[in-house]
Amino acid sequence: MRYIRPLTIEDAVGQLVGASGTAAILAGGSDLLVRMKGGFVEPDLIIDIKAIDALSEIRETAEGFSIGAAVPCAVLGENKALRQAWPGVVEAAKLIGSKQVQGRCTIVGNLCNASPAADSVPAMVAAGAKAVVAGPSGKRTIAVESVPTAPGRTSLAKGEIIEAILLDKREPRAGDAYLRFIPRTEMDIAVVSAGVNLTLDEAGVVKTARVALGAAAPTVLLVEEAAEVLVGSRLDEATLERLAKVCAGACRPIDDKRGTIEFRRKVAGVLAGRAATTAYERAGGK
Amino acid sequence: MAGVAVSTTINGDHVEYLCQPDETLLEVLRDRLGLTGAKEGCGTGDCGACSVIVDDRLVCSCLVLGAEAEGRQVETIEGMAHGEKLHPLQQKFLEHAALQCGICTPGFLIAAKDLLAKNPDPTEEEIRFGLAGNLCRCTGYDKIVRAVQDAAGVMRG
Repeated sequence: MRYIRPLTIEDAVGQLVGASGTAAILAGGSDLLVRMKGGFVEPDLIIDIKAIDALSEIRETAEGFSIGAAVPCAVLGENKALRQAWPGVVEAAKLIGSKQVQGRCTIVGNLCNASPAADSVPAMVAAGAKAVVAGPSGKRTIAVESVPTAPGRTSLAKGEIIEAILLDKREPRAGDAYLRFIPRTEMDIAVVSAGVNLTLDEAGVVKTARVALGAAAPTVLLVEEAAEVLVGSRLDEATLERLAKVCAGACRPIDDKRGTIEFRRKVAGVLAGRAATTAYERAGGK
Repeated sequence: MAGVAVSTTINGDHVEYLCQPDETLLEVLRDRLGLTGAKEGCGTGDCGACSVIVDDRLVCSCLVLGAEAEGRQVETIEGMAHGEKLHPLQQKFLEHAALQCGICTPGFLIAAKDLLAKNPDPTEEEIRFGLAGNLCRCTGYDKIVRAVQDAAGVMRG
């Protein structure tokens, strides 16, 4: 086993491409070190990406925000501009683990770990976030929802690293929210979760919507039919009932000790409605 | 496995060590440097008994590689008291009997120090949420919360 700390993304990609055996990217380590400890992975090469300067920054650009792959979730919560623009993404990132874990864990790590129950992922998908992928043939930008392909699996090819997450600049009258169900108050993994992102017109009618569900299928679900229910509405009771029904129908959950299929379907609908209501209020709707 | 040479600062002292690439900072502290205050409870970041502060961030040292400490500032429980003079949190943990077996105590003290550095006047709820990454199977937490509240008052002066 070797540990290296490249200074550029090009070097990191080169090391990853040239690695014989298994290589692992280390940012926060809150998944990787647990899996190493449990004997589930034994990488031949650990590539610590935290010395690559650009990866530890949140940049505000003309297009919006660029969040580097090594930025811990605690730093997201401390960024006022990001909190104001994307409160749903930030609240989801802040739900991951304890203070200790918050100081290390990253949203890119959460995405690449590819757990169906990842908290930040439905919020990013609802937000329409993009991932910047650096690889041997250059860079490409892809939708966050196209990264996880199955529990623990991603669409990234050998040699590819996600270097940043992009969030759009906010239009006026826009809001997002994320909620999860856990049987306690914190320090737990979502039994089921929902992220909703809305923009409103001047009259307070929903103009655009994105609804994403977590822990409801092998990968995060972007429920387009649920967005269609919300567009054109002011989130009246009948709309929220239809939203709940559509979300419950879109789920393909598993039965396990944490929740039954029936429970997950029902709660997915309830959480989608509540997250939509909060997103609507954050967008200035009444 | 090739060793990694690390140069770092621990409790204000310059420290150099060699460690294996897969060795955690907790293992380095305890087994190489003799700093046995940080404890291994779970080894998976759930219990907080190994809490240390790295560059002003509270972390579980079991989820940090020893190699990652290169060039960083690490604070452990061993740096908390000044000689014989206890830190106000340590003093209040004693006065309130906020410990029984003591395994979780170094982690709670470090986490509480980090909490009060960022929020000198926390509510009870903020303390309970702030310390939710530290598990204690003895006290029921109430005495710990009271000790932190009392210490916060002393530290605000």
